[in-house]
Amino acid sequence: MRNTMPQLRHVDKGRNMTTNTENTNMLASASRRDFIIKGSLAGGGLILGLGALPDLALAQSNSKYDQNTPMKAGEPEVNAWVSIKPDDTVAIRIARSEMGQGTRTGLAQMVSEELECNWKKVTTESPTPGQSLARKRAWGEHGTGGSRGIRISEDYVRRGAAAARIMLVQAAADTWNVSVSELKVDKGVITHIPTGRKLTYGQVAERASTLTPPDPKSITLKDPRTWKVAGQPYARIDTANKVNGTKIFGLDLQLPGMLCASVKSCPVFGGRLVSYDEAKVKNLRGVKGVVKINDSTVAVVADTWWRANTALNALPIVWDEGQAANVSQSDINKMLSDGLNEQGDFWQRKEGDALGAIAASNKKVESVYFTPYRAHFNMEPMNATVKITGDRVEAWVPTQNGEGSHAALSEATGIPLDKCEVYKLDAGTGLGRRGGTQDFVSYAAKVAQKYPGVPVKVIWSREEDLTHDYYHPIAMAKMTAGLDAAGNLTGMHIKVAGQSINATLAPMAIKNGKDERQLQGLYEKGPDAQLGYQFPSLLTEYVMKNTHVPVGPWRGVNTNQNGIFMECFMDECAKAANKDPLQFRQALMQNHPKHLGVLNAAAKKGNWGKPTAPGVHRGIAQFMGYASYSAAVAEVSVKGNIVTVERLVFALNSGHVVNPYLTREQIEGSVVMALGAIFNPEITVENGRIKQQNLDSYPLLKLSSTPRVEVVLVPTYDFWGGVGEPTICVVGPAVANAISAAIGRPVRNFPLYKENLSLA
Amino acid sequence: MQLTINGQIHNIDVEPNMPLLWAIREVVGLTGTKYGCGVAQCGACTVYMNGEPVRSCSIPVSAVGGMKITTVEALSKDNSHPVQKAWIALDVPQCGYCQSGQVMAAAALLKKIPKPTDADIDNAMTNVCRCGTYQKVRDGIHVASGQKKLEDVLAQYDASTKTRG
Repeated sequence: MRNTMPQLRHVDKGRNMTTNTENTNMLASASRRDFIIKGSLAGGGLILGLGALPDLALAQSNSKYDQNTPMKAGEPEVNAWVSIKPDDTVAIRIARSEMGQGTRTGLAQMVSEELECNWKKVTTESPTPGQSLARKRAWGEHGTGGSRGIRISEDYVRRGAAAARIMLVQAAADTWNVSVSELKVDKGVITHIPTGRKLTYGQVAERASTLTPPDPKSITLKDPRTWKVAGQPYARIDTANKVNGTKIFGLDLQLPGMLCASVKSCPVFGGRLVSYDEAKVKNLRGVKGVVKINDSTVAVVADTWWRANTALNALPIVWDEGQAANVSQSDINKMLSDGLNEQGDFWQRKEGDALGAIAASNKKVESVYFTPYRAHFNMEPMNATVKITGDRVEAWVPTQNGEGSHAALSEATGIPLDKCEVYKLDAGTGLGRRGGTQDFVSYAAKVAQKYPGVPVKVIWSREEDLTHDYYHPIAMAKMTAGLDAAGNLTGMHIKVAGQSINATLAPMAIKNGKDERQLQGLYEKGPDAQLGYQFPSLLTEYVMKNTHVPVGPWRGVNTNQNGIFMECFMDECAKAANKDPLQFRQALMQNHPKHLGVLNAAAKKGNWGKPTAPGVHRGIAQFMGYASYSAAVAEVSVKGNIVTVERLVFALNSGHVVNPYLTREQIEGSVVMALGAIFNPEITVENGRIKQQNLDSYPLLKLSSTPRVEVVLVPTYDFWGGVGEPTICVVGPAVANAISAAIGRPVRNFPLYKENLSLA
Repeated sequence: MQLTINGQIHNIDVEPNMPLLWAIREVVGLTGTKYGCGVAQCGACTVYMNGEPVRSCSIPVSAVGGMKITTVEALSKDNSHPVQKAWIALDVPQCGYCQSGQVMAAAALLKKIPKPTDADIDNAMTNVCRCGTYQKVRDGIHVASGQKKLEDVLAQYDASTKTRG
């Protein structure tokens, strides 16, 4: 059972992680089984109160249709990916989660492209994890993290759509008793060329569903250069109900008889719940009870969430804060800086004798960088709703990993997977928090167990959300390089000390003490996060320094700090070599044409080498993550201690571009998150607990500080890269390098208030 | 206690210190108004009191009295408010969670200043968006106020109304 369960953890496409290979293999075999036609639907698991979400939530929202409507079990279909109604409406099944990144629209565009249906007739619906399980994972992976939503599923999704088209056309040929070679199809209308007769997809869908599906391997997919629907800047298909309050998020669910709960965990990670005085709150209005969720977490349940949360705040709780109660930020910082003097996991990447080359060099450059903890601060606070009736479990979850939520539900309740069902709700951002860590689902399940037959909506207060996150890992780096007399780089030594995400979430991914994931972006080989430089000699090492603070993936994950370390240091090296930062990089990138290509594209768009306006300085950076190549040019002005970002130019090569408009929006979004991260106050630890509780102490970037972002997309059409995360890692170094150019000294301590700088 | 929301009178029996946000969401049942921070910083809970934008998470219902509350659900019947039209045409929202508040703040700005400058937009639009839609929010206000043409804004993104599907 355990082996067939979906991975609970976030799976970042770290190249040496066995789990990824396993997942990929699982996907490959699943795709071969995907072509299940009507009539062979597996039983079981499909009758668990399906329809509860569409009926209730749609009624609540006064809508007729939501793009996230769960698929109805047993609904007629051409194959797993496509159901066509007699009125020619095409329901495209989307297994990946939507949290604003636009994957739903992109996947629908790709399906529509291969299906040759009428885009105006496209709707979407979501297969549930339970339905997928019952059909031997017909829809493959549901997980939506690591910028994988499209790039990892594009092949089987497109083949599924093409197979459906072939079956529909065959059904028309059978109807007319003619050869398919005499038919053409356009926008869901099949024409018999010799006679001009026409049939619509809706008219032949039922017949198509009875045909034997083609072997997916026999299908020739369209060349993306010829795409007409995919590749276009189409409007999102799910915007309309986001501007009038009718979109139902997890936080908004109102199910009949529903109770609400607020949770509180020990303020110090690793501490324990000793006792609480339920009598003090049980008579408060609306309160139904107090539930101990686990050794360190308690919930108050009430008729409304505000009452639950108010009572929780009034609940006397005794904690045993444990050993970490005395840990402060300075202890953690010292542990990391000490780590820079220790030997790391030798040798993560060793090419030539870097230490020897640096020692023998004409000039040595050495810098130490610091990047802090960061919280996700998803706009929609963490939540999940669970209802347990007898031996059946239903959950409504804003999740980045429906199958992970499904597994967490089963694990928390002890009820088998095939008796559990998850209705995925579009999330009010995910940012990595709602994928590999499903604590919020487990908590809701534990509370719901105490209230059989009653749906319980568990919402974390913002304060709980901010103080019990899986934070962006803290890190330091000592970067050392040698230059020869001509200013050529002879050796590079990268030593990173910091917390390990795998140590928190996936210890089994740490092989022989080596945790390469923390060196994301510095890998020797692609395809995911390859370093774009060919240094004459190179040594990378990682000194693992774990604390009691849990860490996890946060948009861009380890490319955030590694991009800063590498690219800020490249500028320092260029300056020490008295060379132009662009030319200094270019000379080391000749073996990495794709990295070089985006760097040059950004430089061109950003007028690198041309005069700037008075007082304006430029910075440049390139880095790779999520199988895509990114580069940026920033223009800043610094007056006193105030930094104004005047212009930001990006180049992105994501291989293919499924929707250029939404790709640009992802880049715009990555700028806001990254700029906030390099300027705004960070997450710190005091007395073992997270000091920042809300926006007053953990402010986020606002519109007034956000520069205009210009984007040049430079796809090379020969690979599939991600879009949601790749560009985030070049924002910080491009801006920091521009600042350093402006103020005449390097900036190394992030966030930049530590360098006495703030954003206008 | 009586609350007048979107022209309807609601008789509610709640604690006087219950924030207006939670009365709207959990007692009246209008969930378009969002909880984001609870401390009047993020703006996801923006509603109008007598036409003025306020952060409902930090106003106790007892302080509302007879003031007229307007929530995002009542901005228009059919997404026809210029802000909603611009928001849809430009795909301003990403996840959409903060957008009830963004739309309400933008509509309030345009009512007060029909042709806002960028500085006006900077001052008025203090709502937090974690997707980072700010550039599109600014574009959306420019289009909704008629100061920029939709086609010109789309052209900046290599798109036009004809290529949007």
